[in-house]
Amino acid sequence: MEEPQVASKKVKAITFGIFSPKLVKKMAAVKVITPELYDREGYPVDGGLMDTRMGVIDPGLRCKTSGAKLKEDLGHFGYIELARPVMHVKFASVLLNILRASCRECSQPLMTKQKQTVALKRLEQVEAESGVTNKHVAVKELLASMKVTGKCPHCNAKQGKITIEKPTTYLEDEKRISPIEVRTRLEKIPDAALPLFGLNPHVMRPEWTVLTILAIPPVTMRPSITLETGERSEDDLTHKLGDIVRINQRLFENINAGAPEIIIEDLWDLLQYHITTFFDNNIAQLPPARHRSSQPLKTLCERIKSKEGRIRHNLAGKRVNFSARTVISPDPMISVNEVGVPKIIAKKLTVPERVTEWNFERLKQFVERGPNAYPGANYVIRPDGRRKKITDETKEALLEELQPGFLVERHLMDGDIALFNRQPSLHRMSMMCHKVRILPYRTFRLNPVVCHPYNADFDGDEMNLHIPQTEEARAEAKFLMMVQTQLISPRYGLSVIGCIQDAISGNYLLSQEEAIPRHVAIRMLAQAGVMEFKTLPNKNTVSGREIFSVLLPSDFNFSGHSRRSKKSGKEEKDPSYVIIKKGKLQQGILDRANLGEGSGLLLRNLHKQYGPDQTIDILEKIFRLGVHYLLYRGFTAGIADTDLDKDTWAQVNAELNKADEDVRILINDYAAGNLEALPGRTVEETLEIRILENLNNARNKAGSVVQQQGTGTSHTRIMADSGARGNIINLAQMSAVVGQQAMRGKRIDKGYYQRTLSCFRKGDLLPESRGFIRSGFRKGLNPKEFFFQAMTGRDSLMDTALRTPKSGYLYRRLANAMQDLKVEYDGSVRDSAGRIVQFAYGEDGIDVSKSESGTLNVKRALEVEQ
Amino acid sequence: MGDAIKHGLLPKHSKVSQKERDALLEQFQVRPQDLPKILKTDAAIAHLDCAEGDIIKIVRESKTAGESVFYRTVI
Repeated sequence: MEEPQVASKKVKAITFGIFSPKLVKKMAAVKVITPELYDREGYPVDGGLMDTRMGVIDPGLRCKTSGAKLKEDLGHFGYIELARPVMHVKFASVLLNILRASCRECSQPLMTKQKQTVALKRLEQVEAESGVTNKHVAVKELLASMKVTGKCPHCNAKQGKITIEKPTTYLEDEKRISPIEVRTRLEKIPDAALPLFGLNPHVMRPEWTVLTILAIPPVTMRPSITLETGERSEDDLTHKLGDIVRINQRLFENINAGAPEIIIEDLWDLLQYHITTFFDNNIAQLPPARHRSSQPLKTLCERIKSKEGRIRHNLAGKRVNFSARTVISPDPMISVNEVGVPKIIAKKLTVPERVTEWNFERLKQFVERGPNAYPGANYVIRPDGRRKKITDETKEALLEELQPGFLVERHLMDGDIALFNRQPSLHRMSMMCHKVRILPYRTFRLNPVVCHPYNADFDGDEMNLHIPQTEEARAEAKFLMMVQTQLISPRYGLSVIGCIQDAISGNYLLSQEEAIPRHVAIRMLAQAGVMEFKTLPNKNTVSGREIFSVLLPSDFNFSGHSRRSKKSGKEEKDPSYVIIKKGKLQQGILDRANLGEGSGLLLRNLHKQYGPDQTIDILEKIFRLGVHYLLYRGFTAGIADTDLDKDTWAQVNAELNKADEDVRILINDYAAGNLEALPGRTVEETLEIRILENLNNARNKAGSVVQQQGTGTSHTRIMADSGARGNIINLAQMSAVVGQQAMRGKRIDKGYYQRTLSCFRKGDLLPESRGFIRSGFRKGLNPKEFFFQAMTGRDSLMDTALRTPKSGYLYRRLANAMQDLKVEYDGSVRDSAGRIVQFAYGEDGIDVSKSESGTLNVKRALEVEQ
Repeated sequence: MGDAIKHGLLPKHSKVSQKERDALLEQFQVRPQDLPKILKTDAAIAHLDCAEGDIIKIVRESKTAGESVFYRTVI
């Protein structure tokens, strides 16, 4: 066998330049002369835009230049000769600078010879010292300094003022300079002077940007599509090129026939328009060229630019195989690092498995079952790379030839590795590795504990699943991206996962329960996934804390604040302060402060002491225990939760009346001119501030009155107290008073002249006419109150709708700017060029993911040391 | 008007000696132009009589690290 010839070359440098007309002509395979595309038989016309010398897009035809068939080569460029030169839009601003900085008569740079040499030297030096980017800055400054000159230092010609009429027309002292004139001026600029304008004469002469001939991209770049009707539909670029060729021809004809100057000028301008939109159809000053259906054409710039362009759409983001997307729903009974995959999806997603002597029989069975039975296989890949679909017809033959060395693409099965992702992928926990668990129905199932890192909820969210196809990919995913490896947030050094919702209220209640029958306790523990009950005290009734303790490792010690003890500030003395000794919960109330994500050190310490695997196991069990305790106890929120007793109502009303009265006094004081202004404020502002203060105070007081009512055992209260959902103000808003509606931090003052609604007097400053809602949601709002609430409601809705894309774009810019910063071995943060950004990461050099809430626990570190 | 240089919120700026400078460039293995920059006209170093290429040491108070040291090259 012949050794394959390998030519190995190294890219040393890349230069960017533009094509000269000569080069365009040289590399062209065709001179396009007619706008016609196909002849009567439907074959491409010679010299037309679809000329087969520029490549082929029809099966069966052969390229006349290279003899290649469809998809065998990239095609070849053509060109057209333009009747009159035309400006290139994309160089308009560059040319403006050059025209301004060079003489209108002799085309020398407006700078004496001596100064030129000095400037050239300086530019070289800047480039050598601080790179090309800085050279461009220097060039810009240089050009800016040159254009103020009034006379040419070489030929003494007076210089006109050159302006640009966007996009492509130049004016000199209000008179138009034609592209021909522009081109002759540019041609005269000596090569030696070009570096002053930041140009390299070897790769770009300025006059090349005034087009005399236009390169026609190969047919393969603008393939036409055949509709079902047999009609051909051409690519946008072909359409545009057709326009150009047609107008160009008419221009030629008119010039040759000696038509009046006006007609020629008009056609010339039209040609300029078509060529401009051929490059970029989004020029602000030009109407975009459109299809007959009035949809704008997608020309060269639009192909490349922005989100739907080639770079972001096709190069930075590609569509992938072996992926799935569907709605998500919660399932606390699967593990945190599992993902529930519907069987229908499992039959489409496959894992390639290499046939060996040892798994031969097993894989044979997969093939035997085929694509329809689960678990089966969809494809067999032969060692030569040929891929065979398994169908009823091919099955027999494939089974026959199956042997070690083949690959079988078998259905997804329990335990396979998958990557699970929810957009927007804002941090690394947005894409984590899970183990597959095949489940019935049609949604992805995930443990509610991982909602937080994905920022997912179940109101219709969809998520994506990817199946790694190689051993390397699987290993990377498993060891670097598995859920357990992502527990501690690199942002704040605490667990990103934790109990949510019911699991918090469940454990909150459980830890306060004194007597639960032992058999119930065993049942709950079993439901939570505990198999070993010997640590549960052998009594007829056990306390909730004893049940909880079964989940903890027997050597675990911990103490931490609960929400209540944090408020009281007392530590051990507060009975709600959590103390765990030797794996026994001695005292304390478990709530969000200890079980929730991003709060408290319970999970952090478990992680530190027992490692990620055991932590998620314990967390799962805690979660399920909470949920099952609620199932046993019964838990629901109802209207009755918002009941207030007579006394409370009286107190709430008293507070509100008092606030009302205070506001009246303030207003009267103000009217009488007795109100003292706060420093730096006008009297009016002071009044507003004082009123707002009063009303907010009243709402808060009403809140605490509601809070004090009764024993606080309503389920809504429990949710608020445990931190599972809502807060006490929400509850007060439902049962007592909604409170002041504020827009931009002020009471509502919009609407009519000096009043909010036409039912109020002008200048009325009383609470009810400025958006104070005295009713609670339960009682219901009166029409005026309802209107005010709708105002702020709409306002906040708009605000979120506008803020999301804005902050998304801000984040994108930040991420792009900082993506290649890196912490070096010496602890400094540097960019890709080795420039230092920080001398120690985050000023202190702490790896947050190895810290506790951003700080190092030195005491514990020393303990471990000993 | 008080002296802005003495303001409590202004971190301490000082010029780095030749010896220190060599040690710094050695420690981080960098050229002076790879350090962060500070303008020669910056008000905080106006009193230091700096030339381009000098290195300024800035000591800031930091919540987490106590003191954080930064170096900037004068441009």
